[in-house]
Amino acid sequence: MIATEKDLKTHTMMLDGEAVSFTEGETIYEVAQRVKTDIPTLCYDQRLEAFGGCRLCVVEVEGQRLPVASCTTKATPGMVVRTSTATLEKHRKTLLEMVASENREIDVDPLRGYAAQELATLVDRYDARGGRFRGKRSGATREDDDNPFILRDYDLCISCYRCVRVCAEQEGDHAISVMNRGFETQITVEFEGLLKDSACTFCGQCVQTCPTGALADKKALRFAELPGAIEKTRTICAYCGVGCSVDVLTKGDTMVGIQPAMDGPANHGALCVKGQFAYDFVQHPDRLKTPLVRGDDGKLHEADWDTALDRAAEGLRRVVDQHGRHAVYAVASGRAPSEAAYAVQKLMRAGWGTNHIDNCSRA
Amino acid sequence: MSNPLADMEKPDVIFAIGTNMTECHPVAATRLKRALKRGAKMIVADPRRIGLADLADLYLPIRVGSDVALLLAMAHVIQREGLVDPEFLADRTKESETFLEHVKQFPPEWAEQITGVPAKDIETAALWYGRADKGAIYYTLGITEHICGVDNVQSLGNLALMTGHVGREGTGINPMRGQNNIQGAGDSGALPNNYAGFQPVTDPENQKKFERLYGRKTDLEKGPTKVTALEMAGDQIRAMIIDGENTVVSDPDRHHCERALKALDHLIVIDLFMTETAQLADVVLPAAAWGETDGVQTNTERRVQRIRRAVDPPGLAKPDWWIICEIAKRLGFQGFDYPSAREVFNELCSVSPIYFGLDWDRIDRGEYQWPVPEQGHPGTPRLHEREFVSGRGLFRVIEYRDPAETISDDFPVWLTTGRRLASYHTRTQTGRSAGIDYLLPEETLEVHPDDVAAWGLSDGGWAEMSSPRGCVTIKVRATRRSPRGTVFASFAFNDTPVNVLTGGGYDPVTHTAELKVCPVRVVPA
Ligand code: SF4
Ligand code: SF4
Ligand code: FES
Repeated sequence: MIATEKDLKTHTMMLDGEAVSFTEGETIYEVAQRVKTDIPTLCYDQRLEAFGGCRLCVVEVEGQRLPVASCTTKATPGMVVRTSTATLEKHRKTLLEMVASENREIDVDPLRGYAAQELATLVDRYDARGGRFRGKRSGATREDDDNPFILRDYDLCISCYRCVRVCAEQEGDHAISVMNRGFETQITVEFEGLLKDSACTFCGQCVQTCPTGALADKKALRFAELPGAIEKTRTICAYCGVGCSVDVLTKGDTMVGIQPAMDGPANHGALCVKGQFAYDFVQHPDRLKTPLVRGDDGKLHEADWDTALDRAAEGLRRVVDQHGRHAVYAVASGRAPSEAAYAVQKLMRAGWGTNHIDNCSRA
Repeated sequence: MSNPLADMEKPDVIFAIGTNMTECHPVAATRLKRALKRGAKMIVADPRRIGLADLADLYLPIRVGSDVALLLAMAHVIQREGLVDPEFLADRTKESETFLEHVKQFPPEWAEQITGVPAKDIETAALWYGRADKGAIYYTLGITEHICGVDNVQSLGNLALMTGHVGREGTGINPMRGQNNIQGAGDSGALPNNYAGFQPVTDPENQKKFERLYGRKTDLEKGPTKVTALEMAGDQIRAMIIDGENTVVSDPDRHHCERALKALDHLIVIDLFMTETAQLADVVLPAAAWGETDGVQTNTERRVQRIRRAVDPPGLAKPDWWIICEIAKRLGFQGFDYPSAREVFNELCSVSPIYFGLDWDRIDRGEYQWPVPEQGHPGTPRLHEREFVSGRGLFRVIEYRDPAETISDDFPVWLTTGRRLASYHTRTQTGRSAGIDYLLPEETLEVHPDDVAAWGLSDGGWAEMSSPRGCVTIKVRATRRSPRGTVFASFAFNDTPVNVLTGGGYDPVTHTAELKVCPVRVVPA
């Protein structure tokens, strides 16, 4: 929601001693985000309705006895809020120690997912490793789910419900649900079965929102041992016309995964199974690596570019010489970038002055 | 799309027809789901009980190819109930009187005979859409892949015009584009009737403009469409350049298509893989894939976005534009010396009125939707806000026509084709992505359980399916997604080449093949 300047001036509140303006309906957390005041969160995902489950984002509000969750509490005019006090910081540290002590692993591979490092980052920031509750665990990993995309490593689950909510709110699929309560809480699917037999569409959204790596990208993890830093390149999905923004993850010259771009104008972080997981055709061994030219034996043979391009051009020249300029036709691709389509149509028009050009939208 | 994707969360009444959105445009479908959560009502018209139908408030199971009848009857009800928007008609449209008179002949009872949809449901759909404050139409190939594809689209246009459901937030007529850059390919002038930016080739002014730009006069006559060109192959057409399309598998009537390509003296194919089409070529040129090249693609809401190189292409593979320019240079043509994709795109912007205000740097973050007629223009998320491109919206008088082929004693079953969530087109890409087989290992023919029994088939057993053009063997899957008498398969798998059967007819205007309707015979194999 883009608020105009005028709206923003409507109300004022005090945030850590500074007067800040806000629009009606904004939560304390949203206001803080906007003015770049950092409040730690675990169960928050900006795309989802605030849930108020982890209590890490609590802040003090003057006149209120207990701290409130900033992600669910709306800002009100004249409110005086402190986001960071000794009491709050101590509370956050204790919370994180509790959460951390239940998990087998805090430092998970970043290939697990977009948000997988959130817990580790917070635990470090609050120096909350090695809490008192070490040893006990919540959740049980589903090693039996042999689906090739999503690792269900519930040992690492902290019951933030982000996966459940993203599935319901963002995807509208409602494949994941919650069983039991408290320490026994378990994220599961219908009838506790395999994802494949549930309403799951393997869009990967739960993987990308999970703050601990409990749900993880199995395909990307194939490259966990590959040396090299992960680099991200912002681009657009190769499949349908929606045009979702994604980041391609690479290590050196190997494509190791895809993550959704949360600020993608067409998708706001959403993806589908193709955009999320069907990228490895790019580096498949079947790719054509050299030009091929049909020989006198009727077979295609490898050739260098000069030979192949000469043959391509020569064949066209011969046909035009014998049958005229209208004997050549070109079909541009609906998959390749626009520069390719533009070049093909220019070849036909600037080259032979014909409109013998179409693209593959009719099939 | 006339409206932005963001508008999909805004309508009060959604009318989705001929679009299997949850499988083909899943992320767009998530936006509709949000509109539903907000309380919007959805009408879904489709021969198959698709995923979207499960979410609908009203599902209209129309017989394949009967869309025009449904839409005429909806227009009839809207007219009869006085739900037309008189102000909109007067200010923004032409020939409404003729149209409103025309639709009086087509009550829902008439349409029920043709579509198989109960008249009272047609009535309800018309009332909902007609009374909505914001009504929005979404469609895809289920509307266009018919001999009457243009009639279908224009019938939807008529509905939107009579109710004024265009040019405002949460309304519009919104076709969803199927391929990542099919919009961009058309925008760039890869069309037989238009230069870049949809400037008609038949206009002498455009001819002059491009003669100045390209240094050569281009014909004033439209070129043949691809479908016609394939028919001319081996005769008037002797050479073809095909960039990145597996024509043999994706086009209707596969045998015909193979024969056509084989009849050429010279075939150049540019692709990523040794596709069935590349195997027929004289020269095969290896292209850089997505992720290996910089460029621009335009999405279904006309948003112009940059794609970027993350890794090097394998071996000697090169970007498509480079390959084409090298061929052009070898033929002695001028104007193909581009240092990089940037210069190609910037030239496209300079010749196209809809991209004129854009350039490579300006679209870095993808915030523009065309038309962007001049620099500093904010782009146009919503079309037709004040005016239609052609001035006034024109009502079209349309009559229902049967599909090119209808069921008979020999071919008593309707086959309709489409796509599936986990595979894309001819699977040259998804088929080579690890894990996709886990979700979709093979093609199946979806048959209603009662038909499975009645035709002596078995769930999981094999069937032989034939049309006048050929025959395929395919595994049967019993499902209530198919209505009785209609079966469904996708054309994704080369070993189940369903397009051997299709291709009974083409839309006379767009030459789009009637892939959605094909009478077949189904017997146990
Ligand atoms: S699996 Fe991850 S996202 Fe889901 S509740 Fe557990 S920690 Fe949260
Ligand atoms: S991620 Fe899915 S919905 Fe988005 S552009 Fe790709 S194929 Fe389309
Ligand atoms: S982020 Fe606010 S309660 Fe978890």
